Amino acid sequence: MNQSRKWAVYFFIVVVFAAGFLIGKLNVDGSKTLIGDVDKYQTSIQARNDSETQYGSVISIEREPFNGQIHTIEQGESIQDAVNDAQPGDVIRILPGTYKETVYIDKDNITLTGVIIKGEWPTLEGNYELNDAILYSGNNFTVENLKITHYKGNGIMGQAGNNFIIRNNIILDSGVYGIFPEFGKNGIIEYNVLTGTEDAAIYVGMCDNVHVAHNEVFANVAGIEIENTRHAIVENNYAHNNTGGILVFITPGLPIKTTYDVIVRDNYVVDNNHENFGAPGSIVAGIPKGTGILIMAGDDVTLQNNVITGNNNAGIIITDHGNAPNLTLDPEVEPNSDRIAILDNLMYDNGADPSELVKALMLTKMTTRGPDIIRVGESKDSCILNREKYLSFGIDEFGTCAFTSTYGTKTYLLEKPVVMQAINAEERGKLTYYSVCTGCHAYNVRMVGPPTQEIQALYSDNPQGIVDYISNPTRKRADYPEMPPQNYLSMELRMAAAQFMLDAEQ
Amino acid sequence: MRNSILIILATFTASSFSHNGDFHLSENCPSSFENVNGHCEYRSLYHQYQSLENKGVGGLRTSPPKVRDGFSPQQIDLGRYLFFDPLLSGNHSLSCASCHHPNLGFSDARARSIGVNALDVGRASPTLWNVGFLTTFFWDARTHSLEDQMIGPLFAEKEMANTPENLVQEINANQIYRTLFAKAYPGTDKELITLNQIYTSIAAFEASLISLNSRYDQYAHGHHQALTLNEIQGLNIFRSFVARCAECHTPPLFTNQQVAVLGTPEPQGRPLDPGAGKIFDSLKLRGGFKVPTLRNINQTAPYMHSGAFTNLRDAVEFYTKGRGHAVPEGEELLLHWHIWEPELTDNEIDLLVDFLLTLTDESGKPQVPESVPSGLPVVSVETMQLNQSAHAIGEK
Repeated sequence: MNQSRKWAVYFFIVVVFAAGFLIGKLNVDGSKTLIGDVDKYQTSIQARNDSETQYGSVISIEREPFNGQIHTIEQGESIQDAVNDAQPGDVIRILPGTYKETVYIDKDNITLTGVIIKGEWPTLEGNYELNDAILYSGNNFTVENLKITHYKGNGIMGQAGNNFIIRNNIILDSGVYGIFPEFGKNGIIEYNVLTGTEDAAIYVGMCDNVHVAHNEVFANVAGIEIENTRHAIVENNYAHNNTGGILVFITPGLPIKTTYDVIVRDNYVVDNNHENFGAPGSIVAGIPKGTGILIMAGDDVTLQNNVITGNNNAGIIITDHGNAPNLTLDPEVEPNSDRIAILDNLMYDNGADPSELVKALMLTKMTTRGPDIIRVGESKDSCILNREKYLSFGIDEFGTCAFTSTYGTKTYLLEKPVVMQAINAEERGKLTYYSVCTGCHAYNVRMVGPPTQEIQALYSDNPQGIVDYISNPTRKRADYPEMPPQNYLSMELRMAAAQFMLDAEQ
Repeated sequence: MRNSILIILATFTASSFSHNGDFHLSENCPSSFENVNGHCEYRSLYHQYQSLENKGVGGLRTSPPKVRDGFSPQQIDLGRYLFFDPLLSGNHSLSCASCHHPNLGFSDARARSIGVNALDVGRASPTLWNVGFLTTFFWDARTHSLEDQMIGPLFAEKEMANTPENLVQEINANQIYRTLFAKAYPGTDKELITLNQIYTSIAAFEASLISLNSRYDQYAHGHHQALTLNEIQGLNIFRSFVARCAECHTPPLFTNQQVAVLGTPEPQGRPLDPGAGKIFDSLKLRGGFKVPTLRNINQTAPYMHSGAFTNLRDAVEFYTKGRGHAVPEGEELLLHWHIWEPELTDNEIDLLVDFLLTLTDESGKPQVPESVPSGLPVVSVETMQLNQSAHAIGEK
């Protein structure tokens, strides 16, 4: 018996005990209690102001007017070479053909756009040898119209790039995650097709203000996963034949520890009955096949107008960390799924072949069929509409939602894109001076180099003189070491630092 | 005008140098700190950027967490003297620098540190570079401030073996410290030095040890020629989802400060260290340790909590030798989900090491004082090495 199987058995035992406890304690009818603010999602007219960021009405991410160069790449050429040559603002067009490389984008405002001609796509081919297809850290990155296949790591992975647009890509059998923006703020993932991913096909991990729409995800372990992320909308997606269709999680042990304000609406979540082929030890390896939507520890999650059918374990599972023994302990995380709202959804034919643990719970309801909705663990201030329509377990105490729709909130994307550098040249000069220059120059004492005061005396009113010198220093003083060139700083930063150095007063 | 500048300069220069046995506190902030009305505030090119939820974790251009700054230049410099002064240990044989020496990456080049009377303290000395940014301390993640951290080694029987009463009494008995503390804490010259003032000074000094100017950082700020092609390939493996290093060793500090259960081996003959499992009283965290920074990693061999790996390549290779391959028989550890089977090639391991070497920046290294107020000898790397060989002979 391998470790994950063992944990599954423990999981089962724990759940059965928890269920017994719940039934004893919580046979309460909450239907008469109204839960939530009737205006919870009425934010379309005036954008909601949420901790200094405005969101609520813009459904796209504005780009600067095109003012760059177009680099066109064809088979036999390297996309990376074009990225290396590109300046912020440039567009790289990729013609149909096969490209075997990992492309990394560590600059801002770059667009990778595939050109599809008569059904022929530009294809990034990993041959099961390359790690990831696309790694980006730059802001305002767009990637579209690419086919990505046979990579071992991720298809498209972002680390901290803000204002990303990932659309119209086909990602087939490409490793662990298909599309994985991490630490990004303000991004769109739309019109992508993904299959064969051994973890989540679309994995929004530790992000803010994300819109996931119009994607098709099938035959993955997880279809779409929103994890440790705030302000996300998942709408109009088609998630079918995954092990689990759509997940909203807090995973413990990560540095950003909350998930809240997530809307899941207008999705088709159908027949998610695929065998679980997650890697041993991975968190998704614990998901029972046949799971439509799984909410674990997320707060303020609202489900509306989804079509949830044919998921053989359960349509919707709401749970907490206490019922998931394969997760680590994290005292800084609040482990329950609170303020969950299940508005009107279409649910049909779920639970035909429930997992053992779900079957055991349903026996208490005198049925062996799996439920449309099952809740285990704490879930405070949660609500549902028209509960009588569903076969359910553990939601008797849910109140009745005071709000009936989320459509007042079109999006959580920001009214204005995240600004990259909100500081002016003078402030940058100061940062450069302290960050770099003071490593060797103090104001009035000798360190590695001469004091700033002496430099001020030499170069008064001549910042260009400093820029020239630090770009290509020569040894000037016998009793000091030669200065290394500072040409890793941009010309702008060199000038700003020189000006600041001449003005420094201490 | 120029003459007056030169005169000021001459005055400052004269007053800043210390003479034999004559201790002065610097009026200048350490490098990378701006003096704002007598408070040293850290400035970095990384402050051009933001970070998600202000957590200081992300990618290349992400601001670090807020650093502990705002101390006065005098408090920082006083902390430097305390840091190097063996008066802080019970038997006057060890200073903070005995296990955190600036010439050894603020560590000690040992698998596990040795405390007073050559006792093995059980775990490796973590580097102090960038500790001012951290909110979790010790391998087992048991404290959350620099002040709470230092109480550990100062008063642990196996480490510096002092007591709070003895420490504060001995510092107060030293006239030089009385003078220096009065300068660092204006208005307190009639009062006794307090433990909190001692802790604050040491914290002020430790928080000034910043390393964010490596070649990697030049690359991050946009100078892509700062790294060789091999090093960039190493960076791409580091952040890839095959090796997954960056998922826990997250830029810009190269730690996310979380506890992770890796299942690393103990050096031969040592039992499994339960680590955070003991602190949090949880089997789920058994064998778990705080993710350490990789900044200046080249300076701090041996690696892991008890020094199981003598070199960086072996430490990197651990991650591709099989999930749980070093977990002792009979132990059931809840291994971290990113510990998997990446099947890295030998070449990829080499490239990862190439990349890790780009995280070296010791430009903020402070000066080791030639003498300290107690008059006790200042620990040097040479004497540490002598102690180590003596210790090794003792073990045999």
